[in-house]
Amino acid sequence: MGGGYHTHRQIGRVTGRLNDWEFMADIRHPRGANAAPSQQALGTPHAPEEGDGVDTSPKIGDRIVKSTCYMCACRCGIDVHVRDGKIRYINGNKDHPVNRGVLCGKGSAGIMTQYSPARLKKPLLRTGERGSGEFREIEWDEALEIAADRLRHIRATDPKRLAFFTGRDQSQSLTGWWATQFGTPNFAAHGGFCSVNMAAGGLYTLGSAFWEFGETDWDNTKYFMLFGVAEDHDSNPIKIGIGKLKARGAKVVSINPCRTGYNAIADDWIGIRPGTDGLFVLAIVHELLKAGKVDLDYLARYTNAPALVIHAPGSAEHGLFARNGVGDILAWDRGQGRPLAADDPALQPALTGSFTVDGKVCVPSFQLLAQRYLDERYAPDSVAERCGIAADTIRRVAAELAHVAFEEEIELPVAWTDWRGVRHETMKGRPVAMHAMRGISAHSNGFHTCRAIHLLQVLLGSVEVPGGFRFRPPYPKPVPPPNKPHGKDGGRPDTPLDGSPLGFVTDPEDLMVDADGTPIRIDKAFSWEAPFAAHGQMHRVIRNAWAGDPYPIDTLFLYMANMAWNSSMDTEKTIAMLTDKDEDGTYKIPFILYSDAYNSETVAYADLVLPDTTYLGRHDCISLLDRPISHADGPGDAIRQPVIPPDRDVRPFQTVLIDLGARIGLPGFVEEDGSPKYRDYADYIVRHERKPGIGPLAGFRGERGESFGRGAPNPDQLERYIANGGFWHHRLDADQRYYKMANRSYLNFATDMGFLDAPEPIFFQLYSEPLQRFRLAAQGHGAIAVPEAERERVEDYFDPLPIWYPPLDEAAVNGETYPLHALTQRPMHMYHSWGGQNAWLRQITNQNHLFVHRETAHAAGLTDDDWVWIESAHGRVKGQIRLMDGVNPHTVWTWNAIGKRRGAWGLKPGAEESNKGFLLNHAIGDQLPPDARGKRYSNSDPVTGQAAWFDVRVRLVKCTADEAGETAPLLPPVPLPPGFSPSPDKLSFGAEFADKGKTK
Amino acid sequence: MTCIPVKTDRKLGLAIDLDTCVGCHACVTSCKEWNTGAHSAPLTDLLPYDADPDGVFFNRVHTYEQDTPDGGRTVNFPRSCLHCEQPACVTVCPTGASYKRTSDGIVLVDQDKCIGCKLCSWACPYGAREFDVDVGVMKKCTLCVDRIYNENLPEEDRVPACVAACPTGARHFGDFGDPDSAISKLSAERGGVELMPELGYKPVNRYLPPRERKNHPVNTAAKPLEAVKAEGGFLGWVDRILSGKD
Repeated sequence: MGGGYHTHRQIGRVTGRLNDWEFMADIRHPRGANAAPSQQALGTPHAPEEGDGVDTSPKIGDRIVKSTCYMCACRCGIDVHVRDGKIRYINGNKDHPVNRGVLCGKGSAGIMTQYSPARLKKPLLRTGERGSGEFREIEWDEALEIAADRLRHIRATDPKRLAFFTGRDQSQSLTGWWATQFGTPNFAAHGGFCSVNMAAGGLYTLGSAFWEFGETDWDNTKYFMLFGVAEDHDSNPIKIGIGKLKARGAKVVSINPCRTGYNAIADDWIGIRPGTDGLFVLAIVHELLKAGKVDLDYLARYTNAPALVIHAPGSAEHGLFARNGVGDILAWDRGQGRPLAADDPALQPALTGSFTVDGKVCVPSFQLLAQRYLDERYAPDSVAERCGIAADTIRRVAAELAHVAFEEEIELPVAWTDWRGVRHETMKGRPVAMHAMRGISAHSNGFHTCRAIHLLQVLLGSVEVPGGFRFRPPYPKPVPPPNKPHGKDGGRPDTPLDGSPLGFVTDPEDLMVDADGTPIRIDKAFSWEAPFAAHGQMHRVIRNAWAGDPYPIDTLFLYMANMAWNSSMDTEKTIAMLTDKDEDGTYKIPFILYSDAYNSETVAYADLVLPDTTYLGRHDCISLLDRPISHADGPGDAIRQPVIPPDRDVRPFQTVLIDLGARIGLPGFVEEDGSPKYRDYADYIVRHERKPGIGPLAGFRGERGESFGRGAPNPDQLERYIANGGFWHHRLDADQRYYKMANRSYLNFATDMGFLDAPEPIFFQLYSEPLQRFRLAAQGHGAIAVPEAERERVEDYFDPLPIWYPPLDEAAVNGETYPLHALTQRPMHMYHSWGGQNAWLRQITNQNHLFVHRETAHAAGLTDDDWVWIESAHGRVKGQIRLMDGVNPHTVWTWNAIGKRRGAWGLKPGAEESNKGFLLNHAIGDQLPPDARGKRYSNSDPVTGQAAWFDVRVRLVKCTADEAGETAPLLPPVPLPPGFSPSPDKLSFGAEFADKGKTK
Repeated sequence: MTCIPVKTDRKLGLAIDLDTCVGCHACVTSCKEWNTGAHSAPLTDLLPYDADPDGVFFNRVHTYEQDTPDGGRTVNFPRSCLHCEQPACVTVCPTGASYKRTSDGIVLVDQDKCIGCKLCSWACPYGAREFDVDVGVMKKCTLCVDRIYNENLPEEDRVPACVAACPTGARHFGDFGDPDSAISKLSAERGGVELMPELGYKPVNRYLPPRERKNHPVNTAAKPLEAVKAEGGFLGWVDRILSGKD
């Protein structure tokens, strides 16, 4: 779409506050999030005459480079002050829609990550045994030729023998496309062990998700519920938002076993038992239904509540939607007394009743939903004990939600037109918002629990309305998004896949299995074990590749994924698989290609190491084609640019990947004459087009940068981004800001932008037909047979309405033997941060303790600083405990990924991280205990394949005096790579800046 | 013995909102990164990659659990120099290195005069002083004296680094000497407290206490839910609503 920005129309204000949307338009107002009168400069023109010789106006830098942070996945805008070629200071970019000037503890410590002694220096080729850490430095040409030779051969013979998996990658639209062009179905990023339950739970229900596809309407919400969030996506927007809620007295309710961080400042902390959130939420649903506190108008307009479900038990159609001859889903029209297409603009739907359509008995899906949750097994009294929450508390929360949603409704004086063409004079809102992340996601019942939360939000009419939970463009998408996984034939020699290997399964036909039901992918994503594994299952790759199950691979290509340490379950066994050999002496995983900027634990297990730059040393794009950083008030994207050139022989991974693509002749990476198509990643960012006119960056497109969304590549695009502060943001019109799923103006805009294929309404799928299709298949219906062994499991877990079941690993072990839940939380100052080796951050936390409820500890005869064995059915690890009150008494927890292996990350052998800190992963099984048939399933959600980190149950055994004092298992140290010197014993960073500035 | 001004022109300081602080440590590292290259540079880190790393930080966050009549509470508590009106750390200084500025009340250390005797750190009951072992001098929060007047910064950025960075907006800055200043009003409105007033050092900084939680309006306004009445239960109610009969 061409043209400039739409005209700004003034809207009335409900609260009189300057909200984000207005902020973005109003340049007269003080910029940034911290712009309260009590947060502003003194306004004095000059420093007072104190006469103490203090230089109150020292020079800061020679230049400011505007780029994007990478200290976590939040991707805030940063101003990097550079002085004499060194980084002096990093602060938040006040104009940036993500962080509006603030910066968290990680981002503010970026200097120490930039100058970390753990930075790799040069490509490394393994010389000793794998894991020995013995390497020799080689030149880039040699390294790239070794890699290219190997990849060329794999591609020419059997491309699926390349497994390409990336960790905290922020360039998945490039890496995924590369894998597609290579022709391997074995690609994913780390979402399968991170938060796919949240992404899939949302995308299969709302067409958007908590994760980073949606956000709370911080300016308008009055009641905010936070489920299972310590420090998760996304970092600063949530903090800014919570600050806003606090400033105006909105109520914050946290549901979390641990009372730390955000939960510490909640008005109401509900210390739930882990893995029972779904039950708690469905009990609230029960209460709301019973009291008639649901928004029927909203349900009728924006959801599939009216859709007619065929009631024909035992038939192949049972539980599917009734459709007319052209495939439209039907609903019953109350006025006309006959079925109409559910999206007929004239429909006056019935939400209850039983109707006969074409001789089939049908009921509106809402009736099934209501009957399900009105059942007494969802009553607060039925779930209270299991959840560890008093029934009265559940009833109170339900009453408060109903009160705020229906008695404190808000209305923005903004007219808008829905997809039917009906004009609404105002935007009504039910100011209840929710956010949920890891504490929901990391359980094997997380997909259904996430759907249960979305169900609750939708029943209250609080999704994509003022005061509620909002979508960030390019979301919402159709439910689920239309792209399917590709590569079902396993890939063919020298041939690209006909689409991305990742996507959204809606029918057994979409699965990546062969005729016998055998998985096509090495991680078994989209197999019967994990049909909706939209992000792949990175946590299964090493075991499967080691076992040759379903087939052996040749090369495991990993980027920025610490799979030999904190990113794997059962770390010791994983390491053993990486080093295990066949009888002929060759490694079971023949070749491991690894790229990282730092000497992580995984480096020692690579055969070839391609050293990456830091985030301040390269170009990047934060793309709408990837994981966007949009705001609910409009789409946006951003770039990184090299702030200072690398002082070592390292290259940006994305540029290396493009180089490799050209060397092996991947379509799209070479010109017709075989020469490289792109000079480097920056060149790709500007010139690559995924569809005509649509490229990695949406801003400043067209030959002169005159358009956005669609437009010809603009050779000056990066310069335009730089001139604009490193980002691009489009502010939606006032009438496009809410009800995006049904808002004609927004849907047209989204279609123009390429977010949607057509401006059609998006109906929330409370009742999920794709789930029912799998259940029917498990019952023996349809063309695709579910393998006998998988039938019961598929039938159980593919319920079209949200269900709750005990987390699988928890249910499989004896609760008396292992009485405690064990969780990890990310410390806010390290969440997602690539390396707790940061000299400043590790001074905040360098030993993780196991936190135990005071009474639980006393009952077990334990006290502060005792050393204990943390034992699960899978393994054990030793750590030191701390007592606290603010934790569910049946739960112990620790900080994630503080424990490090000796020798890694530039830390000295005696560092606390490696000797006292511990990695809970040693006690988390990557497989469930054997079932009755002896089969061991992955420790994952049975729907999405999400790694179930939080299902583990443990017992604590006090260490003997001999055992106390250091962690176990204590793996042998890895030596420093060649060219590394021991890290310094003193840092005087910054002295060089001050000496020059003194004016005494 | 060093004298303190009888009166300062301003009383610059911070107000820190304990109701809002989530303990993220943004203020800790933004302070560190600014100050390690600023007036007191460097903020040396000893053994930065080894056991017992020990660096100079002007601002640290502690987390406490507290029992209250409403139940337990977790409080995140950022701690830095309070720029006292009667700073014992200054009066005990034998060399005049520690001093309180007359213009704005900021308590500073002149590193050239500091002999590293540490009397000031013994005198400060708030633990705000940070001894740089490597340099042998005492250092402390400067209230970003080289930011708040810095003409190389745009005026809007002339606030302490911790205030600029704080993602929840829990930190405020201004002149407590002016009762009409925004920070004075905020502190008055929120019942800002000084730490350990009984000691008589008259700290300038204020902490805004966690708000009372039990009387939150939403809690009291919400009536218990009652089941829908009459025939048909919930489904009957739905029908009546949709047909406009209820």
